[in-house]
Amino acid sequence: MDFDLTKDEIAFRDEVRQFLDDNLKQKTDNEFGVSFDADWNKKVREKRWVGFGWPKEVGGGGGTIMEQVILKEEMATRKAPALGTCFMGLAWVGPSIIEYGTEEQKKRFIPDILDGKYQWCTGYSEPNYGSDLASLQCKGVLEGDEYVVNGQKIWTSLAPFAAWMILLVRTDFDTQSKHEGITCLLVDMKTPGIEVRPIENMAGGRFFAEVFFTDVRVPVENRLGKEGQGWAVTVSALANERSSIAEVSALQRRLESLITTARQATRHGKPLLEDPGIRRQIARFEARIEAMRLNGMRYLTKQIKGEPLSSETSVNKLHRANLEVDMAEFAVEFLGNAGLHMRGSDDAVEGGKWIFNSLSWPDVVIGGGTPNIQRNIIAERILGLPKD
Amino acid sequence: MNFGFTEEQVLLRDQVRKFIEQKCPMSEVRKISQTKEGMSVEHWQEMGQLGWTGLLVPEDFGGAGLNWVDALVLLEEMGRGLFPSPFISHSLACFAIAELGTEDQKQLWLPKLASGEKIGTVALLEETDLPQLEGIQLEAKMVGDHLQLNGSKHFVSDVNTADLFIVAARTGPQTDQVSLLIVDKKAEAVSTKTQATVDKTKREGLLQFEQLKVPSTQILGNKDGAADTINRLFDCGAVAVTAEMIGSSEGAHALTVDYAKNRIQFDNPIGKYQGVKHPLANMYVDIESFKSLLYYAAWCVNESPQELSKSISLAKAYASETVPKMGIDCLQLHGAIGYTAEYDIQLYLKRSKWARPKFGDANFHYDRVASLGEY
Ligand SMILES: Cc1cc2nc3c(=O)[nH]c(=O)nc-3n(C[C@H](O)[C@H](O)[C@H](O)COP(=O)(O)OP(=O)(O)OC[C@H]3O[C@@H](n4cnc5c(N)ncnc54)[C@H](O)[C@@H]3O)c2cc1C
Repeated sequence: MDFDLTKDEIAFRDEVRQFLDDNLKQKTDNEFGVSFDADWNKKVREKRWVGFGWPKEVGGGGGTIMEQVILKEEMATRKAPALGTCFMGLAWVGPSIIEYGTEEQKKRFIPDILDGKYQWCTGYSEPNYGSDLASLQCKGVLEGDEYVVNGQKIWTSLAPFAAWMILLVRTDFDTQSKHEGITCLLVDMKTPGIEVRPIENMAGGRFFAEVFFTDVRVPVENRLGKEGQGWAVTVSALANERSSIAEVSALQRRLESLITTARQATRHGKPLLEDPGIRRQIARFEARIEAMRLNGMRYLTKQIKGEPLSSETSVNKLHRANLEVDMAEFAVEFLGNAGLHMRGSDDAVEGGKWIFNSLSWPDVVIGGGTPNIQRNIIAERILGLPKD
Repeated sequence: MNFGFTEEQVLLRDQVRKFIEQKCPMSEVRKISQTKEGMSVEHWQEMGQLGWTGLLVPEDFGGAGLNWVDALVLLEEMGRGLFPSPFISHSLACFAIAELGTEDQKQLWLPKLASGEKIGTVALLEETDLPQLEGIQLEAKMVGDHLQLNGSKHFVSDVNTADLFIVAARTGPQTDQVSLLIVDKKAEAVSTKTQATVDKTKREGLLQFEQLKVPSTQILGNKDGAADTINRLFDCGAVAVTAEMIGSSEGAHALTVDYAKNRIQFDNPIGKYQGVKHPLANMYVDIESFKSLLYYAAWCVNESPQELSKSISLAKAYASETVPKMGIDCLQLHGAIGYTAEYDIQLYLKRSKWARPKFGDANFHYDRVASLGEY
């Protein structure tokens, strides 16, 4: 066991630190860490730290797994904003295009993702098929050199703002298993026949939407991978983002912020942190977050050694889901009546951020596969229990 | 970076696992736990030949010169098999002498401990059960040129089989005026009393002194100078117990997963039902997690001592909180068969309770995380 860095890794870490000393003007306090600072975005792009783990040939940085970890850790320690602005493009669309795309597709899309020219959205879920994604029914029919798409998607995050969509359609309805016959298309959101209807969530946000397709024509050159290969494309896309396994900086920041809130708050006239129950619960959160970090390091070590990972990432996903819900709920509860007050109220605590968090956890907890589905994955793929 | 094991450690694990599977299957564990000693002398001698009894003893004194990361490999496997042995107590005693002993004391004791000829243990706790310096109230008074001990230490693991006790005693009023004394079981004023506990694969009890004279040559290091070592013994003890908890909870979990695959009810293996498979998935998450925390803590003992207290508190708190619940869930998922004396899951349930308070329960360690984190 060792946590030593090689000489090259140390040199790289120092380079990152120097860069941060020179260029970091504003820390982010929003938890998503988005940067609207054009100068920052340009500089990290020049460094090739956007898409840092992608191959150099496509414009990525060619960073090793360890270098990616170092970069993320240094950025997080200094509370620097995110690297790049195209969320889904960087998280899974780009990696899928790199793995399955044609040369033309790579040339056309990858530079724009790195530059953050526009947003991508993801058209997987349908009204009747959420967790059971592979049963999707949105239809694609090849006519000449175009796919004609008819059907509906739902919960499509960023659809109201995105320029492109990565879309799953069924091109074959007569297959042995539901995982066959699915095809992945890259769709220009301006194509005639696409209608986007935003959905408001309970916290008041309007980030996801229903998307309707009526005779939408998608050129065959925008198919990603082969016809019928859509499931494989999706699985590899969702398995991406490997170096972020160990990334817990957002949760660490939230823990710090929870401690600050508890330090400042009083309940019935007494400082909250004097209550051992409160302190213990915070320590309990800390143990989970630290366990996530170290689980991630263990799984990274496996990857570095070339051992296959099974579905271990579900372990941290479950922790994350629990922590998202529990930390916000804990704060709202201990703040009592003031905890219910939202932004704009004189009695709101820190702008009502905890009550807001307590209404926005579904982003993380449901968005990327629900906790029950993660439990199924662990039970079936790791423990070998029968499928239900 | 390598947050995993070396090739030697992987081999060591295989060796220990085979040893336990071959020499001490559950039937043997049951037999040994019915004996008065609660351990097998034969196994102990073999462990001596394999170099395990001297695992933490420096090579200069006849040991293997390994560290707690190596020890955890053994402990995980011992936990998995509920292997009855004074290994933890003995390793802590060796560790204390190696850390704090004078050259003469090391020469005198370490080779015998390393070979397994003598068994050591530590006697740290008293009736208050507080695993920190404040809990050490038994006074060792200076009388002439020696110290005198009168009273008793409680919850002394392997008190019945140890030849040698490393006893924590108070030698001054300040919190950190504490000393470690080497006490031979054969001394006249020493008596032991084994007490019944829930887990028959473990032994513990009282160590009593009646006007015991301890010459200065048997003070480990200097009088009043043991505070740091005692703190490290508490921390390393928690490392050892938590490492065993990894193995024992994996053992219980594996037994239950296996049962869930084979027990048919309503025409299906019960593991097909989510009321069964989801708790098993949750247990997997918890075991993986306190395992990662513990590995890091074990690494800290040598490589990052300033982080040890915090990191072991995170691990032991997590384990103490979740493992006893797993014991209960695993038993429940077996139905009535789990309640029988004949079926092994009950042995794991008992072990999970045994481990919970050892070297601090969850509340103790969460409190320490909070105070070390200054909140
Ligand atoms: C904020 C947010 C953003 C999203 N963004 C996108 C996006 O950009 N693109 C996209 O395609 N989708 C997106 N989704 C959809 C998301 O992927 C689905 O909501 C998710 O997969 C669950 O599907 P569902 O909502 O249809 O619930 P269902 O699958 O109907 O599940 C309902 C409940 O049943 C449980 N359940 C279902 N099956 C099982 C089972 N086999 N065993 C046990 N329990 C089960 C679930 O755990 C859940 O609690 C987003 C969702 C949210 C909340």
